Amino acid sequence: MTDPNTLSPLDLETPEKTFLDANELVINMGPQHPATHGVLRVILRLDGEKVLGLECVIGYLHRGVEKIAEARTYTMFNPYVDRMDYVAAVSNGLGYCEAVEKLLSVEAPPRAQYIRVILTELNRMASHQLWLGTHALDIGAITPLFYTFRDREEILKIFEKYCGARLTTHAFRIGGLQYETYEGFEKDVRNFVKFVRPKIDEYEELLTTNRIWLERTKGIGVISGKDAIALGVTGPVLRASGVKWDLRKAQPYANYKNFDFDIPVGQNGDTYDRYIVRMAEFRQSLRIIEQAVEGIPEGPIMAKVPKVMKPPVGEIYHSIEAPKGELGYFIVSDGSTQPYRIRVRPPSFVNLQALDVMCRGQMVADVVAVIGTLDIVLGEVDR
Amino acid sequence: MGQIVQYIQSYLSSNQTPGGAGNFFWATVYILIVFGGLSVAVIAMNWLERKILAHMQVRLGPMRVGPHGLLQPIADALKLLLKEDIIPAEADALVFLLAPMIVVLAAFTVFIVVPFGPTHAITDMNIGILFMLGVSSLSVLGVVTAGWASNSHYPLIGALRSSAQMVSYEVAMGLAVVSAIMMTSLSPEGGTLSMIGIVQAQQVQAQWFIFKFFPLGLIAFVIFAIAMVAETNRAPFDLPEAESELTAGFHTEYSGFRWSLFFLAEYSAMIAVSSIAVTLWLGGWLRPFPNALSGSTWELIFSFIPGLTFLALAAMTFYNVVRMPKHPLFKIQTAGLAGFGAVLGLIGLILFVPAVRDRVGDIFWFSAKVAAFMYLYIWYRGTFPRYRFDQLMKVGWKVLLPIGLGLLVSTAVVGMRVELWDSLMRLIHHS
Repeated sequence: MTDPNTLSPLDLETPEKTFLDANELVINMGPQHPATHGVLRVILRLDGEKVLGLECVIGYLHRGVEKIAEARTYTMFNPYVDRMDYVAAVSNGLGYCEAVEKLLSVEAPPRAQYIRVILTELNRMASHQLWLGTHALDIGAITPLFYTFRDREEILKIFEKYCGARLTTHAFRIGGLQYETYEGFEKDVRNFVKFVRPKIDEYEELLTTNRIWLERTKGIGVISGKDAIALGVTGPVLRASGVKWDLRKAQPYANYKNFDFDIPVGQNGDTYDRYIVRMAEFRQSLRIIEQAVEGIPEGPIMAKVPKVMKPPVGEIYHSIEAPKGELGYFIVSDGSTQPYRIRVRPPSFVNLQALDVMCRGQMVADVVAVIGTLDIVLGEVDR
Repeated sequence: MGQIVQYIQSYLSSNQTPGGAGNFFWATVYILIVFGGLSVAVIAMNWLERKILAHMQVRLGPMRVGPHGLLQPIADALKLLLKEDIIPAEADALVFLLAPMIVVLAAFTVFIVVPFGPTHAITDMNIGILFMLGVSSLSVLGVVTAGWASNSHYPLIGALRSSAQMVSYEVAMGLAVVSAIMMTSLSPEGGTLSMIGIVQAQQVQAQWFIFKFFPLGLIAFVIFAIAMVAETNRAPFDLPEAESELTAGFHTEYSGFRWSLFFLAEYSAMIAVSSIAVTLWLGGWLRPFPNALSGSTWELIFSFIPGLTFLALAAMTFYNVVRMPKHPLFKIQTAGLAGFGAVLGLIGLILFVPAVRDRVGDIFWFSAKVAAFMYLYIWYRGTFPRYRFDQLMKVGWKVLLPIGLGLLVSTAVVGMRVELWDSLMRLIHHS
């Protein structure tokens, strides 16, 4: 375990001469590489297979989303947030809508809140499924990917039926929802819960007690709770290090306080614990979905929101628990129809900071495992 | 003219391998058959691996080129032949071109001694098994040179990994092989290293070596079965070409035909090591249950199995012909599949002809056992994550090697006791 405070920046230019005049190897992983989940570039300094240090180079997917916001009205910017963490677009939308609602001091009606929770939790599962498939693929197990994608398809079908889009859904509007649920929505969700529960056992059957999986993940990429907090790491990565911090409980938003669920916590902060925590979160999400679908109240789905939104002058920070960690929106309003500044705190970007700490002293193969376990989406890192 | 005919015919009555009989004509024929058969096997393996893996992963696999993707491997081979043969500017061109040839040469040469039947081998060497292990380990050379000549980081790491891996697993492999060879020395004819001799020893001792000195034979077999997966760089030991870490490992810089040579070599190496396992522990060309189900009736029944297998495959194919979509666009595909089924059925019928039946039974059982190993390879790939490099070394040196050494000693001790007991009994009987 490396102390983040003592990490020295990498000197990539002059590899040191080591034993028998063998040069250390500086290799470039990415931006085109099968295991970097997009266009992350990692510069590795290796001694044989051992990682002496690494440096992340980001920005290959930078689209200037935050700057774009300054030239859009609050409503117009809503679809853009889906393009940040595109595997958890619903969560991004929820965070943005709630932040603007807070700024406008309106609240979405209860029915809208319940539907939001259902869709967000479904999205959390879809995101975790994608993580599990690609993470297992990075470690060499190719089959779980197809199992998770088969089941993720069912979630995307529900999204498609609800709002017409599968990935970048733009499901929520500021002040509530645009669409009423379709006929049979509740039945679909219930069927999905029934369908997916045994499937989660199926994923676990392939991996959880697999000897090779255990060897590849236990004690790999360890980060202590203290270091994780110091680096600003959130989400399942933080919880696997033994810190019980989940914004759904810590500062309830939407109406999470009405639901009964646990926060899975790990102890060792290694790759295996992060795996276990996320697997447990699957089941917790199912619990929340079950409760929410039973309790959807009748009523309006849209609060009274002015057609032309002119939030009062001021600033707001609102954060939610996205599948990957704390997703925060800091919005400054100058009283006009367009935000003066929007700053997004994406979980992937902050969690990626921990990569160097987690990888030093490990092997090349572990770098791949750790990138997978951090569950980064480059669209969100670069924005 | 008559002399030539006689030269060709003389082999048929010699009851030996062509190499053993010193008959160049038949040796050439056998070499061509083995080479052709191997190429077909690699093509079939390519298709089967994709299909079986696909069905394990809830997808269909190739479906477009030919009925059920049957022509996909051929399309791929064509594509690879037509692709540009790129030699990186920084590469050492000569070594770069030589490396795939070394690998292919090593992978194909070993088949000289693989015994498909008591006379169905190109030749029988008295050091057969040593020859196989020795020549197949030459492929490391090709892998290392390929990685080095590419002059690129990822291939270099891949080559380093594979050289370490292949060399260290050869040790465990060798120990398991020695324990099987020791078992042959219990035959009246004495011990042998000849591939044919090893199978004949199992025949004489009326026991496949996997069951010999239970569980010693089984342990040796398991050690070999693990080591051979590592030796051929297949999942879960596919570190040299670990896709998610090193893109494609030692052959990252290769393309087109040269890449396909690596592919060809990988699959023929898989078949080669499986042949060793089958020869040493699973009775080579011997049919199953020779003790429990003996007698001429059972012999006859078992001699029908090759034909029946092909008929069953043909029946499966025809079932799928019926299931093909009835749309006119699928006419050619359906006809093609029916033709494929007809070929399979025809082969099945030919295998029923008594003259053929007696000659190919050996080859069938040998190939069937090897095919079972091929399935295992695919199954592993669908199930296991990949080991890390140091863990792989740990398994090789700290687990397989000590077990192998212990096994060697215990096989020797047990074998010695059996031999002593036999001599004692003989002594008592004589006196």
